[in-house]
Amino acid sequence: MIQTLAFYLFAALVIASAVMVIMARNPVHSVLWLILAFFNAAGLMVLTGAEFIAALLVIVYVGAVAVLFLFVVMMLDIDFAELRAGFVKNFPLGILIALVLAAELIFGIGAYQAGRLDLGVASGAAAPILDASNTASLGAVLYRDYLFLFEAAGVILLVAMVGAIVLTHRQRPDGARGQQNISKQVRRKPDEATVMKQPGVGEGVEL
Amino acid sequence: MTEFFQSLGMTYEWAWGLATLAGILLIALPLMLAVAMIIYADRKIWAAIALRKGPNVVGPFGLLQSFADGLKVFLQETIIPTAANKGIFLIAPIITFTVALMAWAVIPFGPVAVLSDINIGLLYILAISSLGVYGVVMSGWASNSKYPFFSAMRAAAQMISYEVSIGFILVCVILWAGTTNMNAIILAQKGHIFGLINGFVFNPLLFPLWVMFLISALAETARAPFDLTEAESELVAGYQTEYSSMSFALFWLGEYANVLLMCALNAILFWGGWLPPLDIPILYTFLFGPGLTAFFWLVMKILFFFFIFSWVKATVPRYRYDQLMRLGWKVFLPLSLFFVVLISGYLMATGHFA
Repeated sequence: MIQTLAFYLFAALVIASAVMVIMARNPVHSVLWLILAFFNAAGLMVLTGAEFIAALLVIVYVGAVAVLFLFVVMMLDIDFAELRAGFVKNFPLGILIALVLAAELIFGIGAYQAGRLDLGVASGAAAPILDASNTASLGAVLYRDYLFLFEAAGVILLVAMVGAIVLTHRQRPDGARGQQNISKQVRRKPDEATVMKQPGVGEGVEL
Repeated sequence: MTEFFQSLGMTYEWAWGLATLAGILLIALPLMLAVAMIIYADRKIWAAIALRKGPNVVGPFGLLQSFADGLKVFLQETIIPTAANKGIFLIAPIITFTVALMAWAVIPFGPVAVLSDINIGLLYILAISSLGVYGVVMSGWASNSKYPFFSAMRAAAQMISYEVSIGFILVCVILWAGTTNMNAIILAQKGHIFGLINGFVFNPLLFPLWVMFLISALAETARAPFDLTEAESELVAGYQTEYSSMSFALFWLGEYANVLLMCALNAILFWGGWLPPLDIPILYTFLFGPGLTAFFWLVMKILFFFFIFSWVKATVPRYRYDQLMRLGWKVFLPLSLFFVVLISGYLMATGHFA
């Protein structure tokens, strides 16, 4: 009973907030609705017993990715009139994409009703481990059965990250403004930085 | 508690619902009281370090100062700037406050005294604490004013940066404890050193991680010396600039509830939570049974860490923003990553996982 109620609550909220993502006039509102959608999707995953995936969804998507989205979108200088002018221009393209999506949906349902695809028999390598928790069985699958694929994915991400850093990194000349060598600053001694002068009365100081 | 309500003749669903509700109230209401008193304690410690008296007018020793302040903001008018984005402007403090309370659901106050004893307790804490930034970012943007906006930008960057190193530190703790359940993490620390001392912090491999965690916790809760989001010398009051009355007070309460949470996490992850410092049987039960004694030890540890937080606030000057980023990305991130490798290697070599 309560599961059904919770499911319909989460599902309705996911769909409603997903609709609001594309309906909201303000891009920042869109991102906030998107975050609500992520959050409710995590709720749905908790209902199916995949609490680890739910926690990851919140940590990764809500906690990091969406913050970056918000970060970028908040700084956009939005001209609403221009946005609406683009609507007419992009209308045919939008209709085309909508038609393609509708066709795919119809094909998909048609194919599904025609019978399932024969993919062979599962080897049993990814069968759920019955007495272990969600986290433990996920770990067993990722780090024992699919270790190589998992590590390869990690290396690809690392390469992408290094690439992004190389593209944006700008080597500044030594001693440029804003560049500091903190250990050098800490190592500085008083006699390197200050000079004691005892000027007589009426005499200036020459530095 | 569910059994108690069931014994009153309710069905399981009703008993569970009522027990959860009672549990939430049992945690949230004393927490609010604790926040009020901890604000007073913070001001007193700060004043003592600055050789001042601190609040001393309302009630004996000024003990009721926080309640007087609360009453004051409650009676004030809520001002909403005309150019503000009204909905988000009002939701933002509510989010900050709610998120600060939500994380307490998995904090164990004793061997059985925990609202929801879930398997992924620590991941839940990580998820909830990453939500805290939204209150700040939304309020900064919705205020439609320059200084709050700068503050929101700073908050977003700062929280993401320190979340990364906190994540790695938690990974080390999880590796050693072998679980993400909060109570199991505490029990894994029982007699950790020589079978006598409770707490991961006395382990030479984990001690540096605790130091990093303490500093990251300061940054994560935007406490001094990392309170750049509300740096009054640069940003007026940061994201709170446009707020008044209760909406301002909600930020205030949420911030201190978060600070208490971070103190509790320090205690639970590294100092043995509700375990006494030494694994001696009498220390588990000397105060009216095991439940109350466990609560006593946890509260003592939380208060100890809160004192450290106040002490740091009163004595350490504010970091500059680029130095904050340098500390997060160039010092803590490589160091904590190195410790993940070191600790997992050590545990593999000594057959911890076998």
